[in-house]
Amino acid sequence: MEANQAIIRVEGLEARYGGNLVFDNVSFQVERGEVFVILGGSGCGKSTMLKHMIGLYTPFAGRVWIQDDDITASEGAERRAILRKIGVMYQMGALFGSMTLLENVRLPLEEFTDLPTEAMDLIAASKLRLVQLEGFEQYMPAEISGGMKKRAAIARAMALDPQILFLDEPSAGLDPITSAELDSTILKLRETLGVTFVVVTHELPSIYTIADRVIMLDKETKGIVASGPPEELRDHSENDWVRRFFLRETAESEVTSP
Amino acid sequence: MGNQVLSLSGRLDSDTTGGIWREAMRLTAGRHSEPLVVDATDLEFCDGAGASLLLALRQQQESAGESFALRGLHEETRQLLELIEPSEAEAEEPSAARESFVTGLGRATLEFLTEMRALVAFVGEMAVQLWNAVRRPRELRFKDVVLIAERAGIGAVPIIVLVGFLLGLILAFQSAIPMQRFGAQIFVADLLGISLLRELGPLMAAILLTARSGSAFAAEIGTMKVNEEVDALTTMGLEPVRFLVVPRIIAAVTVVPVLAMLMNLSGLIGGAVVFLSLDFPLVTYVNRVVAAVSMADFLGGMFKALIFGIIVAAVGCLRGLQTKTGAGAVGESTTSSVVSGIVLIAIIDGIFGVIFYLLGI
Repeated sequence: MEANQAIIRVEGLEARYGGNLVFDNVSFQVERGEVFVILGGSGCGKSTMLKHMIGLYTPFAGRVWIQDDDITASEGAERRAILRKIGVMYQMGALFGSMTLLENVRLPLEEFTDLPTEAMDLIAASKLRLVQLEGFEQYMPAEISGGMKKRAAIARAMALDPQILFLDEPSAGLDPITSAELDSTILKLRETLGVTFVVVTHELPSIYTIADRVIMLDKETKGIVASGPPEELRDHSENDWVRRFFLRETAESEVTSP
Repeated sequence: MGNQVLSLSGRLDSDTTGGIWREAMRLTAGRHSEPLVVDATDLEFCDGAGASLLLALRQQQESAGESFALRGLHEETRQLLELIEPSEAEAEEPSAARESFVTGLGRATLEFLTEMRALVAFVGEMAVQLWNAVRRPRELRFKDVVLIAERAGIGAVPIIVLVGFLLGLILAFQSAIPMQRFGAQIFVADLLGISLLRELGPLMAAILLTARSGSAFAAEIGTMKVNEEVDALTTMGLEPVRFLVVPRIIAAVTVVPVLAMLMNLSGLIGGAVVFLSLDFPLVTYVNRVVAAVSMADFLGGMFKALIFGIIVAAVGCLRGLQTKTGAGAVGESTTSSVVSGIVLIAIIDGIFGVIFYLLGI
């Protein structure tokens, strides 16, 4: 596989929420094997962007290409074929509450493969080991902590070995240690399996650890205000708001501290 | 006219401010035309509630165009006041605060049409997925069907038996009294048999199913929607209708006729109790019922029960899938599933009444 090859292309995306414009004419590319972070203040449309990229929302205008397929125009079998290439971890995990962790991870295998049951169990257990959840196979989602739920959700998203993983706020609501563990899981999966990650977050420590490249969405301009590696944006961005975001400064402290 | 001076001392916190607030407002009421000086020298402590009182007094004076002064305010309280002071900037108008009648009408029409479209799409997808389940039964999740049928069916047996028994008992008792005047008590058996099998059995079973299981479907699927589990299914390529709706409809369709039959039977037993108390032998009751009721009555009732089952499950699932965000939304979906379920059952029962009449059943 060639490096620096776009695996996702977003072209001229426009989203509206109940008549209000969320963002307009947004275009960017995600390259194969990178950890790509979508950043922005609260309410700027990060999660909306993610949901457009995974086909949950239909855009007002624009297209999202996953490899060479346009997910926005697909339906039926074609849509399912595109979805096979991606996995999604939702903010709260979205594990199915009536199933054990093993059953949760096994579900995509049951639905999309004709593997024998014992093989499915083995694969599902191995995915749980991948996210350090060995021994928790028979637990119900309600019996484990928030961080474990998120890891189990990654295991489920990985069930069919997708090429792209979308993570919605993976470190929100986690303590720093659990959050760091999750980051190292992400990096490990990228190293070993070459998975491309698209992550929505605004946890700065996590961004510096995992992100190869970030884009920043802005509520005012309804578009991308900055893109590039996080350290570069912090140190060299022309945009005052972008620098303040990375330095965690309020508008006032910017004035008082020269 | 001199200054009014209001001296505050001690603690001004959320426990004490209530009384002081009323007192201060009473004292300054009707005297807004005089300058007000609040002396806070002896004020030991002032929290958010107390600071709000100071702000309220100031605003009251300012709106009357009079001066207001604070004396001897502690530094901490002054800082607190600064923090909670309303900013000069005009409050932002919430968007879409006002819309013209035409805009409102247009929006309402659009919303209505969008909902209709969603309804048609749901019914269409449900039909397609049900047909797929019939064509390829291996893809159906039988484990789920059995589990749901068990909860909706076996779980409902006690309440069905109880309600059915009481319904038969009351119906027989109430009709026996007027009938006795004409010496026609024996026809209580006919009345019970026909009304239960044709109408009340299926209807009551469906209403109980709506209350017990339609609401449960809406709550389960609604919670899954709120927890993004429905989104997770969708992005896994598993259509929520196939995965969540089809098993529930199949389960409901399987159990409703059985529940309706059970309702009929317990109703008839309830009626028998009254009949026996009127000094008729049981065999007379059984013979009357068998003679009065035809196979068409029974099958017509069962067919209705089947349709009711589909309606109850579909409405419950649809309301669940329509759930918006938040825990309150799940409650709304549940309520709406029961209300629309019962209304639809009543309407469809009426339509069946007309059709059966025209067909001479």
